[in-house]
Amino acid sequence: MEIMYSVLPALILISPLVGFLINGVVLPISLKGFAKTPANTAGGVATAFIGISFILSVFAFIILSNSQTENPSLVVNCFEWFNFGGLHIPFELRIDKLSSLMILIITGIGTLIHLYSISYMHDEECVGRYFAYLNLFCFSMLLLVLGNNLPLLFFGWEGVGLCSYLLIGFWYTDTEKANAGKKAFIVNRIGDLGFLIGMFMLFQQLGTLTLPEISSMLANPEVVARIMPSVTLICLALFVGATGKSAQMPLYVWLPDAMSGPTPVSALIHAATMVTAGVYMIARLSPLFELSPVALSVVAHVGAITALFAGSIAVAQTDIKKVLAYSTVSQLGFMFLACGVGAYQTAVFHLMTHAFFKALLFLGSGSVIHACSGEQDMTKMGALKKHLPHTHLTMLVGSLAISGIPFFSGFFSKDEILYSSIALPGGVSYLFFIGVITAILTAFYTGRMMSLTFYGDKRYSHKVEHHLHESPALMTFPLYALAILAALGGFLGVPHLLGDYLGHMPHYLSHWLDPVVPAKHLPLVGVKIALHEGVVMAGSSILAMISFFAGIKLFKKHMFVQDIISGFKSFEKVLANKYYVDELYNVVVVNPIKIISNFCASIIDKNIIDGAVNGIGSQVKKIGSGLRVLQTGDIQSYAFMMIMGLLLAILFILKVLV
Amino acid sequence: MTNEILLQLLAAFLFTVGMLVVLLRRDTIMILMGIELLLNAANLSIVAFSKSANMIEGQVQVFFIITVAAAESAIGLSILVNLYRNFGSIKTESATTLKG
Repeated sequence: MEIMYSVLPALILISPLVGFLINGVVLPISLKGFAKTPANTAGGVATAFIGISFILSVFAFIILSNSQTENPSLVVNCFEWFNFGGLHIPFELRIDKLSSLMILIITGIGTLIHLYSISYMHDEECVGRYFAYLNLFCFSMLLLVLGNNLPLLFFGWEGVGLCSYLLIGFWYTDTEKANAGKKAFIVNRIGDLGFLIGMFMLFQQLGTLTLPEISSMLANPEVVARIMPSVTLICLALFVGATGKSAQMPLYVWLPDAMSGPTPVSALIHAATMVTAGVYMIARLSPLFELSPVALSVVAHVGAITALFAGSIAVAQTDIKKVLAYSTVSQLGFMFLACGVGAYQTAVFHLMTHAFFKALLFLGSGSVIHACSGEQDMTKMGALKKHLPHTHLTMLVGSLAISGIPFFSGFFSKDEILYSSIALPGGVSYLFFIGVITAILTAFYTGRMMSLTFYGDKRYSHKVEHHLHESPALMTFPLYALAILAALGGFLGVPHLLGDYLGHMPHYLSHWLDPVVPAKHLPLVGVKIALHEGVVMAGSSILAMISFFAGIKLFKKHMFVQDIISGFKSFEKVLANKYYVDELYNVVVVNPIKIISNFCASIIDKNIIDGAVNGIGSQVKKIGSGLRVLQTGDIQSYAFMMIMGLLLAILFILKVLV
Repeated sequence: MTNEILLQLLAAFLFTVGMLVVLLRRDTIMILMGIELLLNAANLSIVAFSKSANMIEGQVQVFFIITVAAAESAIGLSILVNLYRNFGSIKTESATTLKG
C-alpha cells in the first residue's frame, strides 16, 4: 500500500500523457492519418485518461486529509533528470496540500471540459489532434503543479505555453487565429525570460532550486540576511514571468486574442488553469516574496491596476468571449492583489472559485455560440432565454457567482480579497477602493453580458433562428456540474464572521492550506474585527447586487453604455478599442522591431553576412585560377620545382637560410 | 688534393650533368639516361665515402641502388613504349594532357 501511495503522483501525471500518445501517435499511425480518427473515439480516449487522473487525484486528496502529520505529502523521485556541477535536479514529483488542491481543479474541470468537448468539437476535422493537444496540456499543467523543483515547474510552465499556442491556433488555416497563437507564444516568452532570470539568480544565491529546500533555507535568518540585497530583484524577475503567463499588465494583450481558439480551450486553459499558474507560483514561493515588501507592493499594484483596467474594457466589448476574456484578466488581477497584500491563501481560494465560475461561463458562452451557428457578437443575440433554458440557468449561476452576489462562491473569495486589502498592518490601502470599483464593474459587465445574450429583444437573423437549439446533454451535464461547484464552492472558505452564524463553520480551505501557504501577517482569517469585515462584506455585496441588476435592466433596451450615459460616447470608443493598447504596442514595440529586422535582413544580412560568404567563395576561385598556370602538364617543369624544393630543404637543414 | 675530394668532385660533376640532362633534354630516353647518371653519381659518392670512412655499409647500399636502378629503367622503358603508343612521340612536350 505504501508503494502505491508513493507512485500515485507519477500515475496522476502519466495518465494524460498516455492519452496524448494514443490520440497523437498510436491512432494516427494505425489509421494512417490524423483526420481519420472518429471524433467519439478520440474524445472517449482523452476523457477516459484525464478521468483516471481525476480519480487518482481524489485518492491522493483522501490520503492527505487522513494523514496525521503536520505537513503531509506524497513524494516520488522518478529518475535523475540532470546532475552537473553543483546543480542536481531530480525528476521529483510531490503532492502536498496546495498541489493536491490544484490537481483536483485541473483534472476535475479538465474532465468536465473534455466531456463537453466531445460534443462541441464533434463536427470538426482532426478531432484527434485536438484531444491529443488537450491531454498534453493536462500533462504539462499537472507537471507544473506537481514538480518539486523550479526547473520541473518551468518545464510544465513551458509545456502549457506550447499547448496554449497549439490550441489557440487549432484552426490554423485562418491566418488571424494562427497569428493569435503566435502572439500568445511570443508574449509568454517575454515573461518566461523573467522567470528564467529569477530562477538563475535564486540558484546563485541559495544553491538549490528544490521547493521544500528553498522554504527551509529561507527559515534560516543567516541565509535571509545573506540574500536580502538581491531578493527584490529575484522576486520582480519571477513576477515578470507571472505577468506573462497570467496575463497581467503590461503583458496581458495575448489573452483576449487567445479567444480565437475553440471555446472549451478558452475555458480550460485561458480561464481555469494555465493562466492561474502565476498565482500558484507566487503562492508556492510565498516565503521568498515575504522577504521583499517592495516586490509585494509591485505585485499588489500591478494586480489592482490590471483588474480595474481590464474590467473597464470588458464593459464595452460586444464579443461574448472578449467580455469573458477581459473579465478573466481582471479576476487574475484580483488574485495578484491578494498575493501582493500577503493573502496567499485568499488568492488560492479565489483561484479555485474563479476556476469554477469562469469555466462555467466560458462553457456556457460556448453553448450559446454553438446554438447561434458560430455567432459571437452579442449585438446579434438577445432573447435566447427561452431557446436555451439550461444554458441560461447555469450561466446565471455563474454570473451571480462572479458578481459576488451573497452565498455564491465568488462572494466569499472576492470579499476575502477586498477585506485583506483593507485590513493591512499599515492600515487601509487605496488599493481597496480600486478593488471595490472593479467589483462593481465586474457585476455590471456580467449583468450586461447576460442581458444582451439572454434577455431583451431578439436580434438574431432568421437563418440563425432556424438552427437555434439547446445543446445536447453531453454539453449541459458539465454546465450543471460546474454550476453546482460555482454556487456552493464558496462554502469551503466561509469567513469567521458568517461561520459563527452558520453553526461554527470553519474556513476549511484556510485550515487545509495552513501548513503549505502560511497566512502570516494577515489578521484576516480567525481574527475578528467584526465591524470592519461586516461593513466590507455588506457594502460590497449591496454594491454588487445593485450594479448587477442595473446591468441586466439597462441593457435589456440598449446595447451600448453610451445609450445610457450620454456623453460617454468618446470614452466608450476608447474602451471598445481596449485603450488602444495594441496600437500603442504596435507603435512602440512591434514596428521598431520590424524596422530593425528589415534593416538586418536587407542591409546586414545581404551585405555583411552574404558578402562574407560569397566573398570567401569568389576569393578562393580567384586564387585557384591564379594558381592553375603552375599546372603546366610538362613533366620537366615539375621536376624543376621538385629540385628547387629539395634545394631549399637542404639549405634549411644546413642552416644556410634562417 | 686528395683522391677522396677528387672523387667527390667527380660525383658532383656527374650529378650536375645528370640533373641538367633531366631538366633540359626533351627526349624521354635521354631523361631516363640522365636519371641513370644521377643514380650512378650518388653511387660513386657513397662508395668513395665508404672507402675513406672504412665502412662496408656504403658498398652494400650501392648494390641495392644498382638493383633498384635496373628495375627503374625497366619500368621507365615500358612507360616510354606506352607513351609512344598513345602520343606517337616520345618527346615530353607532346604529353601535356594534364595541363591545368
